[in-house]
Amino acid sequence: MPKSNVVLVSVDSNSILKGARYFKNLFRQLVDEYNLSSFVDVLETGSFGVYRDGVIVAIYPEEVYYEVKNPDDVKKIVEEHLLKGRRAKELELDSALFTDKISVEAKKVSEETRVVLRNAGVIDPTNIDEYIARDGYMALAKVLNEMKPVEVVEIVKESGLRGRGGAGFPTGLKWEFTMKTEADQKYVICNADEGEPGTFKDRLIMEGDPHALIEAMTIAGYAVGATKGYIYIRGEYYGSVQNIQKAIEDAYEYGLLGENILGSGFTFHLAVRLGAGAYICGEETALMESIEGKAGRPRLKPPYPPVSGLYSKPTVINNVETFVNVPQIILKGADWFKSIGTENSPGTKVFSLCGNIVNRGIVEAPMGTTIRDLVYKYGGGIANGKELKMIQTGGTAGTFVGPDKLDTPLDFDSMKNYGVSLGSGVILVIDEDNCAVDVLKKAMEFFEHESCGKCTPCREGTKMLVRMLDEISKGRGKEEYIDAMKNIASTMLDSSFCGLGQSIPIPLNSMLDNFKEEFLAHINAKESPCGICKFEKPKKKLVRR
Amino acid sequence: MVKVDLDKVREIVEKVKKETLEEGDILINALHMIQDYYNNFVPPEAAEEVAKLLNIPASRVYEVLSFYSMFSIKPRGKYVIRVCKSLPCHVTGGREVMEALKEKLGVEIGETTEDGLFTLETTSCLGLCGVAPAIMINDQFFGNLTPEKVGEIIDNFRGDKNAKE
Repeated sequence: MPKSNVVLVSVDSNSILKGARYFKNLFRQLVDEYNLSSFVDVLETGSFGVYRDGVIVAIYPEEVYYEVKNPDDVKKIVEEHLLKGRRAKELELDSALFTDKISVEAKKVSEETRVVLRNAGVIDPTNIDEYIARDGYMALAKVLNEMKPVEVVEIVKESGLRGRGGAGFPTGLKWEFTMKTEADQKYVICNADEGEPGTFKDRLIMEGDPHALIEAMTIAGYAVGATKGYIYIRGEYYGSVQNIQKAIEDAYEYGLLGENILGSGFTFHLAVRLGAGAYICGEETALMESIEGKAGRPRLKPPYPPVSGLYSKPTVINNVETFVNVPQIILKGADWFKSIGTENSPGTKVFSLCGNIVNRGIVEAPMGTTIRDLVYKYGGGIANGKELKMIQTGGTAGTFVGPDKLDTPLDFDSMKNYGVSLGSGVILVIDEDNCAVDVLKKAMEFFEHESCGKCTPCREGTKMLVRMLDEISKGRGKEEYIDAMKNIASTMLDSSFCGLGQSIPIPLNSMLDNFKEEFLAHINAKESPCGICKFEKPKKKLVRR
Repeated sequence: MVKVDLDKVREIVEKVKKETLEEGDILINALHMIQDYYNNFVPPEAAEEVAKLLNIPASRVYEVLSFYSMFSIKPRGKYVIRVCKSLPCHVTGGREVMEALKEKLGVEIGETTEDGLFTLETTSCLGLCGVAPAIMINDQFFGNLTPEKVGEIIDNFRGDKNAKE
């Protein structure tokens, strides 16, 4: 029976850092202590679209919003509002801040479409029992007891699930190729080397729901015939590593990893391997080199990992988010999955909202959600009342677009149809206070630093691009630099060894095309037009004697 | 010079070996632990011992140590400060945080303070864009930074040192 009062605690990623989970549990505890539990439900919700120093809590049906900063505030709200029925005025926030339509709609959408994040912020990630209580490891049990490996591959193929790391390759096909390759040993790898600037979804998925990843990888192992798996996590992700290690230990203890899982005769071992600060290791073959204890330089493809991957054995390698979709697909079926998102890109996408946006955090929305909805509905608009200047979608290797592209729906086809990349789902909002030249220079410095040096076009090309941008930012640019930069980028596209160098034209060309005026303004000005770039005097030519 | 305890190196390699799935997957995890043990760097003697224990050429270990930016074969400060220089931090005030740190510590990127406490480094995205601008000091994270806040953080770490001495 529905209860008359509901306390909603916001538990998005930012609020969790402010103690939201702790406050929620305290609410529950106090509600119990005051014998209010038959009238009051304490539930979690996503972002309210309003940010304060504290955690935001709403109480329905009165629709009163409170800001909670410490345990005393919780106590006050329970005693005053819930027990005595009068408002705790000093903690109350003006309800005009919360425009009904936005918050109610966002809540509804996010509740309906949480697939990957269904447990994040709901369960205690370090407690395997809480995961199991929410149908955790049910998909694994179903697969091991009722399905043949080929049936597992079929349902993943049928669901249309595509790789969430950025490339969008059909996951079922990867699994099928690996399954069909004969070998004495195969591997499953989770690519958790989340390095694309602006992306922090995998970190939060692993920290919020580590068992979902372990379950999915074990299913993948069964499907393709692999008995060993690795989770390759960035060396910097201390929190994720701890959660995953703990989860793996617990899974071994419960017999959900190791020999003869659930009495099925299937064996699967899982270990964590760390990166050490190299973006290039997000490239799948470079990652494999790194697990093998070598410098992470990409290998020549083909052969692709399903034929020859880790230790030259057939290997399935998927992104964290991709894997975490799998148990739900097994339990709810391919048709259910296809009912979400768009025809060519079924399912949801976890977007990372960052930059000059009011609500920075991750949000899971159906594929095909527009940039406008992500920025304004979920993200709450531009921070500090500034004007939107540009958005970079898809990560540092993604496109820079102006406000005119706000209505673009984002899915795997948006690059082809609209010239806007989905990539890893980054929405980086950049406001009017920033300079296009400076932003592009920073982006290219990133690639210069992260180029592994194996192939000349990428190693030298990134250097030349940074040098030209540096000259422009110092007031020494020339108009021919713009074409020269495009030329270098197109050479890199044609001749770079791996995706790192090949992706350079995407950010570079989109910025030069959409914000060309600004580059020209820097080139033709005597003084810096933006106030961010610092102009220097022209270099004196060396006089040879 | 740091005295290298080869028994400790052996102990670490043995520990990592226990959770190995295949030969070869030990090296990087072991180097991480050795680096943590020696306060942010891997002494060459320790690296040579690892090569011996894993039966690989020392040049392979050196290649790995020099390829990955988290590793160092030169002594670094007690606290390694990694400042994110990627765009999401850059556009939310990262520029100013970086300048404030340089000024506060009196060093440039890649340098160590004279007292040997801090080494200032840059890093690519730390995945903390929800609380940008962000930095890491050893294994601790700090977010929503301003020039004033980083100043206080550095003072706290300096105080930490005084408290111990």
